[in-house]
Parts: sequence; C-alpha cells; structure tokens
Amino acid sequence: MAETPPPPDDRVVLSARGLTKHFPVRKGLRRKAVRAVESVDLTLRRGSVVALVGESGSGKSTVARLLAMLHPATAGEVRLRGEPVSARFGRRFRAYCRQVQMIFQDPFASLNPVHTVRYILTRSLRIHHAGLSTPELTARLAGLLEQVHLTPPERYLDKFPHELSGGQRQRVSIARALGAGPSVLLADEPVSMLDVSIRLGVLNLLRELTTELDLAVLYITHDIASARYFADTTVVMYAGEIVESGDSEAVTQDPAHPYTRLLIASAPDPDRPGGDREIPARGEPPSLITPPPGCRFHPRCPQAMERCRTQAPPALPGPGGRAVACWLYDTEAPE
Amino acid sequence: MNQPVLEISGLSVDYGYHDDAVHALRDVSLSLGRGEVLGLAGESGCGKSTLAYAATRLLPPPGLITGGEVLFHSRTGETLDLLRLPDDELRAARWDEIAIVFQGAMNSLNPVRRVGRQLTDVMAAHRPGVPMSVHKGRARELLGLVGIPADRMPAYPHQLSGGQRQRVMIAMALALDPQVVIMDEPTTALDVVTQRQIVERLIALRAELGFSVVFITHDVSLLIEMADRIAVMYAGRIVEDAPAAEIYAEPRHPYTRGLLGSFPPLRGPRRALSGIPGAPPDLASLPPGCAFAPRCPHAFARCEGERPELSGGRRLSACFLPADGPVAAVQGVAPVE
Repeated sequence: MAETPPPPDDRVVLSARGLTKHFPVRKGLRRKAVRAVESVDLTLRRGSVVALVGESGSGKSTVARLLAMLHPATAGEVRLRGEPVSARFGRRFRAYCRQVQMIFQDPFASLNPVHTVRYILTRSLRIHHAGLSTPELTARLAGLLEQVHLTPPERYLDKFPHELSGGQRQRVSIARALGAGPSVLLADEPVSMLDVSIRLGVLNLLRELTTELDLAVLYITHDIASARYFADTTVVMYAGEIVESGDSEAVTQDPAHPYTRLLIASAPDPDRPGGDREIPARGEPPSLITPPPGCRFHPRCPQAMERCRTQAPPALPGPGGRAVACWLYDTEAPE
Repeated sequence: MNQPVLEISGLSVDYGYHDDAVHALRDVSLSLGRGEVLGLAGESGCGKSTLAYAATRLLPPPGLITGGEVLFHSRTGETLDLLRLPDDELRAARWDEIAIVFQGAMNSLNPVRRVGRQLTDVMAAHRPGVPMSVHKGRARELLGLVGIPADRMPAYPHQLSGGQRQRVMIAMALALDPQVVIMDEPTTALDVVTQRQIVERLIALRAELGFSVVFITHDVSLLIEMADRIAVMYAGRIVEDAPAAEIYAEPRHPYTRGLLGSFPPLRGPRRALSGIPGAPPDLASLPPGCAFAPRCPHAFARCEGERPELSGGRRLSACFLPADGPVAAVQGVAPVE
C-alpha cells in the first residue's frame, strides 16, 4: 500500500460536477423534496480507490446510483473520460454500463437464486460482448472466476447461489461486474453484509483488481477505519453534502471538518488512550426535507459561528491539500 | 465482581430433532459477575444469540435445550434454576431480574402505541396494584436516564429516530431495575455516532445502577473498549474467555487473533491484513477435532483428531498451542510497508 504519486489528470475516468438529487415527496397538498444529494463533485481515477464515507441517509448510495445512471440527476453532470453522459436507455446507455459497473451490498439478494453461477456470468459476458464463440466464452468464464480467486473454476460454475457462502457470493457478483470489462467499479457497501472474518479477503481482492486491471473504484462505506485501510482518497459526506475530501491517511489521522472529527471520535478504537472519550458533538442528522440553512452541520457543531447559520461554506482549501467545507478554514474570514 | 449473578454451565442447544439436529451450542459454561460487562463476540451463526435465548428459555422451536444448567443468584441470596423454574415464576423473573434487548430492537416497539404507554405497560404487568401515576413518573425518569426528554412520552415510535427508539428499548429493559441486562447486537443497525452515544449511556447507567450486562456483538473492537471481560465463540463453543484488555493485548486462541486482525485499525501504521482464510463452519458437518482447525494457520496433527477443552485459570482458552508459545508470526499482522 505504497503512496502513489498524484496521478496526472488523463487518468480521470469518471467525474461528477454539481451532482444534485431531490426526491419529490408529497406532504398534504404541498409538494416537497428530499434533498438527498446536494452539489457533489467527485473524481474517479484509474488504479485508485475513492471511499465515500457517511452515516446512513447521508446520500452516499444515491451518489453511486446517480453515477450508475440508475436515477436521473436533478442537476449536475457526469463525465466519462471527459464526455458528458446523458443516455439512460438504448445502445448508448448499454455502452455506458459496460464501462461503469456496480457491486451491491447484499450478495444474497443481488444474485438470482434460480440460476447457476455459469448462467449469471454468461449473461454478463453475452450482453456486453456480443458474438463470443463458445470456446471463447468458456475460457472467459474460467478466467473471471480465477480473477476473483474462486478456483478451480469447475467447482463453482454449476453451483447455485445458495450453495455458496456469503464471501463466495460476493466474489461471484464481482466477477459478474468484471464480465462487462468495466473501467469503473461502484461498490456500494460491498462487505458490510459479510462475516467479519472474510471482509478483508474481499477488500484485498478488490484492491488487487484495482491495480491489476487499472480500475477506478468508488467504495461506499460507513466504516471509516476500512476506508483508511482500503482507499487512497476518502470523501466524507454529511446530510447530502461533501464535508471533507482528501488523502485517506490525512483525513483519518488529522480530521479537519468538525463532522469528520465526530465520526473518528465515535468509531470503535481499542487503541484510544483511556479516558479520552470526549465526543465533540451531540444530536442527530437533520431532516433532508427542510435542511438547516447555512452549513447543514451547524446545529450539532461545537465550533459553529454566526456565519455558519446563514451561509453554506464552499469547499475551502484545508490542511495538506484537502478540501474542507467549513468556515473555520476560510483564510479571509473577518474573525 | 467476584460473586457471580448468572452461572451457565454445560449448556447445549440443538436445532431440530434426532439425527437431523444441528448442535448450535455445545457444552457452554460461562459466569457473569455482579456489575460486570461481559462481551460475547463471534461471527454470525456461532451461537451467541442462541446462548442468550437459551439462558432465558426464550428459544423458539425447533430450538431445544438438551443439557446444562443456568443459575441466577438474586441480590437477596436466592438462587433460581432458570431452566427448571415453573412457567409463572420464570415469567416473573424475566424482565424483573433479567431483561433482554433484542436484535433490531428498535423495530420491536408497537407502532400503534405511544412509547410512554409501552413503558408503563411493562411496569403495570409486573407491579400490579401500584397506581398508574407512579408508573408514569418512573417512565419519565427512565426516558431521562437514556437521554430522551420526558416530553416525548406521548410520541409514537415512528416519530422517534432509530437511535431514540433503541434508547427507549434500553429504558424499557431497565424499567424494573433488573440485575442482568442481555443485549443482543443492540447497536448494529445504528450509525457509529449514535452507537457511541448509546454505549456511553449504558456504561454510565451501569455504574449508577449496578446491573450486569451481557453484550452480544460481532464488533470485537467495540467490545474491547467497553467490556470488562470477553468470551469469544466459534461454532457453538466458547474458544476464549478472558479480561478485555488481555484479549486485545495478547489473544491466545488463533481465532481470536484472526478476529482482531479482521478490523482495520484507525490508528498506527497502515498494514496489509488478511482476515481469516476459508469460510465460517457449517454447524451440520463439523470436523471431529477443533472446529477452527481447517482455517487455523497453526493447526497441527493433534488439532484434526482431538478437540481442545476450554482450560486455564483466569484466562480460558481452547487450543493445544502452548499459552506462552512463540506464535508471534500471526497471519494478518505482518507489516508490509
């Protein structure tokens, strides 16, 4: 896990600018919206893993679904290798899917229980690579299973999902995603449904594939310790907005945004020095139908200033080249 | 903490009957000291919830207790044999002496009853003849204890957040001032921030009210922070039972070590970890020897044929490896950078 030099920009595969999603809800006669994701900027580069960390309801899964074009965005744009993406159906959408594949949280639900591994993987290969001959297909099937360390492949090809353990199932769904030959993987909590002892195995596999296939990976998680372990860059979301982003090690060792600090202080950590258990903030995440004005974290923030109540902070340059959406880092601040 | 409040010995539980039976719990012995927080750790399917339910005779069929004894020592010096108690006495002892917070407890509240009413219901059932106003006062006090303003009494469960509902469940468990509170994954469905608040509240209450806690979770790193003692389970048996700090500093059983190595640390050097190779065992077909042997990096011939017993003085562990042996080259903790 050596530090990689900052990759040049031609390594950018998928980027999002100002990505926004409002889900309409009806309350009585008035139309309202859940502001699930608000103006999110995100860049995925080849051969590197970006972790998106946040509490449930912070909008992290919605971001993945927006990137996979499973939801239409309310505003903002997604670019694949610099080209804006708009297709949501038809040939162009399939071409996009070939490049951007998703891995879902629950391998018990994401694999069809009535089909064998062979069928599940064949579908992925046939849909995305039309005109494969049978010997080519057989070779590719074996290759996919070998890539996810399900060896020997013959032992797994004719199994049904229920005959596999959770970890093996998640490996099959990774193989299915790889079958399309993608350049981007969007992994939505890929290990949180698995047994503790096999989670790292799956994360290590994803890390290996990232390097081997030069993939760009988005890793969505609520576990900031695993983000530190697995990802190069960590992006922290709170109530639909990105509050801090930067190098994983820097974000976890020296959190800049008060919310990141809260998250780190709350995470179980056996190495925490005894007695140092002061939790910097209380309260709960806000309603996203009527989010607080200004910074969405200000009602819970121990360092909230007058300005935070009215003005939403933009992404400001923080320590160590990080972007921090907090007025504490405004250098031109009139104290 | 020397005097035990709950003593479980040789408890065995089967799911199913005769030859088809799956032995979910085998010969488990455990004692819980007064005022102690005992953590029960293990992966899903290792029998930790079964243990909690069996000890309180709440196992749903086809779960069957096939042997063992569960003794409860009350404050007054009385001893109750929970597995042999007549139903009405058992019903009186549950909640009053031993309360349980179930897994996914925040969904166990009745959605059409106000939470205040649900709290007073419990007290009215166990303390008949006490005026309702007293119960209401107690309910208010309980909500205050868990950090929910008392004016939330008339709220319905859906008006509370997940964390608040979970705290209502904890308040309910404490309603009758029990001596033992069993919590089955009480914070798994919650976010880390909420989890931290609840765990801290629980520890503060324990100090204040002096009950004992059995805390069941798969999150060993959380247990190390909050528990006094940790029992690690694997395939229906306890494989290690020791003070939390010692488990963390110097785990003896290779499974415990693997489990600890499965949680990436938040501090210290970043290193490659490997978790535990292989898959969790199938309880229906366990190897004749140590159940962990197929996944164990240190397994040797003896482990395959013979099953190690839980042994040792204050620190119990079920492994043939010498307790102070040089097992430093542990898989999963080799530094890479």
